[in-house]
This record gives sequence, structure tokens and C-alpha cells, in this order.
Amino acid sequence: MTQQYLLEMRDITKVFPGVKALDNVEFKIKSGTVHSLMGENGAGKSTLMKILIGIHPPTNGKITYKNKEVVFENTNKALNMGISMIHQELSPVLHRTIMENIWLGREPVKGPLRLVDHKKMYNMTKELLKDLDLDIDPKEKMANLTVAKMQMIEIAKAVSYNSEVVIMDEPTSALTDREVEHLFRIIERLKNQGKAIIYISHKMDEIFRISDEITVLRDGQYIGTYLAQELDTNKLISLMVGRQLDEMFPKVECEIGDIRLEVKNLAVEGVFKDVSFILRKGEILGLAGLVGAGRTEVIETIFGMRNKTSGEVYIDGRKVKINSPEDAIKNKMALLTEDRRHTGIFPMLSVKDNTVIANINKYVKGNGLLDHKLIKGDCEKYKDAIRVKTPSIDQLIQNLSGGNQQKVLVARWLLTDPDILILDEPTRGIDVGAKAEIHSLISELAGQGKSIIMISSELPEVLGMSDRVMVMYDGRMTGIVDRKDASQEVIMKYATGSM
Amino acid sequence: MNVDKTKKIISKYGIYFVFIIMVIGMSLASPVFLTGRNLMNVIRQVSVIGMISLGVTLVIISKGIDLSSGSVLAVAAVVAASLGQRGNWHAKMFPNLPELPIIVPLLAALAIGLICGAINGTLIAKTGIPAFIATLGMMVSARGLALLYTDGRPVSSLTESYQYIGQGYILGIPVPVIIYLTMVLVTWVLLNHTKFGKNIYAIGGNIHAAEVSGVNVQRNLIKIYAYAGLLAGLAGMVLSARVNTGQPGMGVSYELDAIAATTIGGTSHSGGIGTIGGAFVGALILGVLNNGLNLLGVSAYWQQIIKGGIIVGAVIIDMRKNAKKK
Ligand SMILES: Nc1ncnc2c1ncn2[C@@H]1O[C@H](COP(=O)(O)OP(=O)(O)OP(=O)(O)O)[C@@H](O)[C@H]1O
Ligand SMILES: [Mg+2]
Repeated sequence: MTQQYLLEMRDITKVFPGVKALDNVEFKIKSGTVHSLMGENGAGKSTLMKILIGIHPPTNGKITYKNKEVVFENTNKALNMGISMIHQELSPVLHRTIMENIWLGREPVKGPLRLVDHKKMYNMTKELLKDLDLDIDPKEKMANLTVAKMQMIEIAKAVSYNSEVVIMDEPTSALTDREVEHLFRIIERLKNQGKAIIYISHKMDEIFRISDEITVLRDGQYIGTYLAQELDTNKLISLMVGRQLDEMFPKVECEIGDIRLEVKNLAVEGVFKDVSFILRKGEILGLAGLVGAGRTEVIETIFGMRNKTSGEVYIDGRKVKINSPEDAIKNKMALLTEDRRHTGIFPMLSVKDNTVIANINKYVKGNGLLDHKLIKGDCEKYKDAIRVKTPSIDQLIQNLSGGNQQKVLVARWLLTDPDILILDEPTRGIDVGAKAEIHSLISELAGQGKSIIMISSELPEVLGMSDRVMVMYDGRMTGIVDRKDASQEVIMKYATGSM
Repeated sequence: MNVDKTKKIISKYGIYFVFIIMVIGMSLASPVFLTGRNLMNVIRQVSVIGMISLGVTLVIISKGIDLSSGSVLAVAAVVAASLGQRGNWHAKMFPNLPELPIIVPLLAALAIGLICGAINGTLIAKTGIPAFIATLGMMVSARGLALLYTDGRPVSSLTESYQYIGQGYILGIPVPVIIYLTMVLVTWVLLNHTKFGKNIYAIGGNIHAAEVSGVNVQRNLIKIYAYAGLLAGLAGMVLSARVNTGQPGMGVSYELDAIAATTIGGTSHSGGIGTIGGAFVGALILGVLNNGLNLLGVSAYWQQIIKGGIIVGAVIIDMRKNAKKK
């Protein structure tokens, strides 16, 4: 236990205009260990890591690496010194191949003209992927991959630097269980090779499975560093949250009313077929299945983002034609999409503009102009209600932490006062405290008679919240299970097509 | 903290400070510069480019580009002029046409601009071709149309009331300036106080998210380009009135000046960022530069070179300001 620290960050303070993101934080890690960084949304985890790899300069503080004080002015410098990071928000070059993405900026070259050696690049990628048990063609375009696969490529890329410190900022938020297991095998291997791994996640079970040490931040303050075996979930949560937590799945039994939505034989050629279900007033319908089962595609079709090949949709007994999200919103539907970056936020716009965009019609006054006062009032109200951490509603949303961005999107859709609320992975990247808040919000909405469809890859969430669970496998509906009959085993059986 | 705040204000309003510094510099260099007459002159000179750049600003905020403004201006100018010639002029384009009230050529210019712009927008929205290509096509075709319509000849001898639009004064203020300032105000309201404006920012900021949020992207794109066309048409009317003739070769490369004004004003070509105040000041900066360099007797060639440098310099400063925020 007298082993030297590989990396030490001391007295780190970071001030953004209007926000003190970090206040005298300390962080130390040894080689060959996994050190988790925990804290609520906006606690400062990503910021601390961005300081480490030279994206942000610290306002104050020192970094010692291999017993030498270092200053990383930019990411390149950190990479060359052996520190790499898998970012919370992916940024692949979509139209290029996997291998080009992995070796971007450090392509192998040949000859006096230093032309890119594509063959070598291909072989290196092939070897790297094989080494990590990833069965993907290096020449595949990034854009053709699922989000989960892209994430695995990102992980491969971080490994390819052969760094001594690998930072993983919420690497599993887009992964399915199988890929998570895969990632853990990779982490285990890196650890055995003597690398230091910094791990950030909001999933408690993961943290306790892989961590050696845990550092907790709260609101930019350093709370402490603990050995993983000293803590359990409850202790860790109370350190993070600093208060008693409400029940995780506050499901309120409420009266389930008439049929609100009926979907009959919905199909999209080559993607999914024969999807039929009903959704009642006040009901929460969970939608479970492995990634790739077609869940997202089904709800995107219902919401008018994809063209259906066949099938009908009825709302309140009336057949409706929904060809675009605009039509869907007119029919009082709302969809919180799973891909926050791609179909969610407007990075350069304010929290305020991000909140009201889907409900803008409400704010048009008789003279055609917008009612800015009403807009402001509503935004403030929702910001407080779901506790979005931001210095003001005029802050650009790109400056918010990932989880807080997600909360703004939740607010966006709540504001439209929908009858049918579709949530695709609503709590992705959201911390435990906020998760419980969002769950209770969902329950409350159902209690008001709203109908809710919730996709989630976290089975406990689906089981905890749903009145019924619809399960999909390989583009088909394999079953609908009542709350009282639903269990992890039953759902997994349907989800793997073995029932 | 206070230093921080000052820094923030300077970077946010940087372009306005640049403008003020330019004005101060010019007035020190030339005593004539800061006279009311000369300043009015500056605004009048930029009013045509300025009007175009208002529409171009909306286009660029939506992450598009409009290369057709100069040509659309020409078509609008020649058609409006052909409907606004004096009754007794011997070389009238339509000899049997009576002298028409001014509203006719005006509406014609606006309608032509609107239609050309709507075609741009429809092409972009419905076929998905890049705005660069769609408006490049319009730039070439509209120029051809203007030549075809006039057979390559100027359309001159316009009515008094027509000329008034380009040369008249109201309360001592040139009419083009009044029209320009009115359009600045209208466009500002449109962008900041209407649903349309919010939709423009959303489309430029993240087109996929805009769609999911229920923004009708196609319809809004058509509206954006149509509005830009409308302003180009209006600019054509004003310009032809000022020079008392509509020429098919008018407005060549005006689209580039308008894009320059917009860009100097801080509108980002990566979409979602930009203001009308910026576009206004951007146009004034170009105007002050032209005017000042003229007063100082700098040759037209050098003026070109300096202008190019200023455009690039302004964007570099702007990018640095955005980069620092990260
Ligand atoms: N570029 C920035 N400009 C201004 N404020 C910022 C910026 N980046 C982060 N912040 C603020 O710093 C705080 C910490 O953010 P950070 O992203 O580090 O949180 P986090 O712990 O990673 O949260 P999450 O779990 O949601 O990802 C937040 O309040 C955030 O709004
Ligand atoms: Mg984070």
C-alpha cells in the first residue's frame, strides 16, 4: 500500500463565467487500479477530467505525473505523455471509416512524400479490434454503426494510444449489458497491464464491480476518496447527494382509463413488423429489448420520423395520419429521443430557447410576436421544478453538464403538455438523485391521466415504473407482460427470443 | 470578477468597438468624415448592400448561403424599371404602356425577388441539394434572365416618383436610408420576436433536433430564402431608382459584399449564431471603410485588397472569441 501515485491532481479550482465548477479538488491514482469518480450531474467530474487532459486550463491547482509537475496546454500533449480519454459526448467523423477515425491525426505514412499508408492502417486497426474481440470491418463507415458500436470504437481508439492513464467518462451510457461485460473484460486487461483507469458512471452496480478506489465530488467540492470495499451503494449515494434520497421507483398506483392510443400491425419494411398494442390513459407502458431490437424505430415511426410501410394508428378511437413530428405534436404527442447530441440539443442556443422550441406556438401573441415574459416564466418554473443546474436560463446549453442537458430536454417536452409522452432512455446519463426525481415526475404525469411509453435498457427501471412491459426481439414484438407477472427472467426470455 | 465581466462585454460586442474605433480613426484622419452630410452619405451608400445582407443573415444563421442576391437584384431592377418608364420616352420597352403608378414596379420588384428566393428555398428543401449549388444555379440563371428580358440593354428614363425612391429625401433623410432602416427594424423583430426567428436559429443550430421538436424545416427554409429574395428585389428597386436606370449587369458580386457584411457582423457560417445588429454594423464598417479610404485618396485597387483583409480578420477575431468560451 505504499505504492507511488502515478498521477496527482491537487487543489484544483476551475471557474467558468458565473460558475465555480471545481473548488480545491484533489484526485490521485495509482498504476494498475480502477479509480471511479462519482458525483451528481454538474458535480464537476467531466470538468476535472478535461483539465487533466488539457482541454480546460485550471484556474488554480497543480498536476503531478510520474513525480514531475506537468502542465498540459492541449490534448495532444496529454496524449503524448500517455493520458487518453473517452469523452462523454462522442464526436466521430461520421462519413469516414472506422480506421480513419481511430488513427485520425496520426495516420501511418510511407515513402518520402509521407503518403498515408492505408494498408498498414488497415492492418493495425484489424489487429487492434481483434485484440479487443471486436468483430467489425475497419473499412466500415462510422455512420453505419449503432451508437453502441461507435462507443466501442471510441474505447478501442483510447486503448490504441497505449496510454498509461485511460479516462472513461460515462462509457456505458449507450451500451447494452453484453457490451458492458465486454468493456469490463477490456478494463480488467488494461488493469493487469498496469494501466490506471479513471471511470465515471452513474450506474452503481458498475462502480462497485470494477472500482478499487472511489473519489466523490459534490457541487464542485471534494468530499473524499474511499476504498471501494469501505462503501456500499447507500453510503456512496449519501456522500454524493448529501441528503436523504426519495424512493427510487415511486410508482403510484393510479386509475387506468380508456384507450388513448392504439397501434395496429405497424411495420417498416426491413426494420420491424406486426407491432400492435394499446395504451390507456394513466398507463405507463415499458418497452424492453436489446439494442437493435427495433424499439427506437417503432416509436420513431409512431412519431412521424420514419415512413411506415403499413399499419394504422388511432388516438382516442380516431384514425390519425402522422407524417412528421409536427403532426405528432399537434396530436399531443411528445418524444424525448435517445440521442441527445444528434436529435436533442441545440448546442449554441440558450437553455431558454432549448426549452421552449417544441412549444413555441403557445407563446405567439395575437399580434404574431412572441411573449418573452411568459417564455421566461415557464423556463424558470421548469428549471426549478426539475432542478436544472445552470447559472441562468440564458446560459448556452453546451456549457451545461451532460445530465443537466438531459433535464432541459425533459423540460422541453413536459412544457408541451402532451397526452402521450414517449421517453426513449429518459434517464441516460442522469445521476441517482435526479433519476428518482424524473421517475416520480413520470408517475405523477401518469396519475394526471397522461399515457406514457418508456424505453429503457435498464431493466430495474422498466420493471419499477411500468404497468405493462412490451418486449421486442429482432424487429418483432415477442410479448406484453403485466406488471404482476414481470420479472427480469421473464423479460430477458422474451428479449432474447427464447419464448 | 470585474475584469471578467469587462472581457465578456468586449468579446460580445467586439464588432461594435471595432466600428467605433474605425469612426474615431477616420475622423482624426479626415476632417470631412465626421460631418452629418458625409455620415448620411455612408449609410446611403451601404443601404443597398445592407438590405441584401439582412436576408443573407437569416440564410446564414440557418446554416445556408445565398449566392443569387446580386443577380436577383438585377432581374428585379430591370423588370421594375420597364414598368416605371416615363410615358413620353421614345425608347420605351413597352411603347404602348401608360405611365404606371409607382406601386406597380415596386410590387413587381418585390414579387420577383420573392419568387426567385422561393425557388431557391424549394430546391434546397425538397431536393436536399446544398444551398451553395441551388443559389449558384439561380445566380447564373437570373443573370441570364435579366439579359434576356432587356436584350442586354439598359432600361432608362424612369418616372419622377420612381426616382424619388432612390434620390428623394424625407425630413432631410434620404429615402433609401429610411427604407433600409425600416427593413433593419422589421428583420430584427422577425428574428427576435417571432416563432419564425426561433425556428431559423433552431434549424441552423441542429436541423435534426429542430425536426423532432416539430419545426417544419422545409416550409421554414422556403420562407427564409424567399425573404432573402424579397430583400434583394427591394434592393434592386432602390438601386435602379438611384441611378435612374435598370441594367441587366447591375449588382454583380453584391452577394459577396452582403455575405462579407454579415460575416464581419459575427454571423457564424456553422449555423445557429448571428444577429441583425451585427449585420447592420458589418455593413456600416464596409461603408466607413470605403468612404474613409476614398476621402484619404486610397486607390480603388488598394481598397479591394484592404477589404479582403478586413473580412478575414473579422472572422479570425470572431472565431477566437468563440474558441475562448470553450
Ligand atoms: N464550458 C463551460 N462553460 C461554463 N460552465 C461550464 C462549462 N463546462 C462545464 N460547466 C459547468 O461546470 C459544472 C460542472 O460540469 P461537469 O460537466 O464537469 O459536470 P459532471 O459532473 O460531468 O456532470 P454529468 O454527470 O451531468 O456529466 C456544471 O455546473 C456546468 O454547467
Ligand atoms: Mg460529465
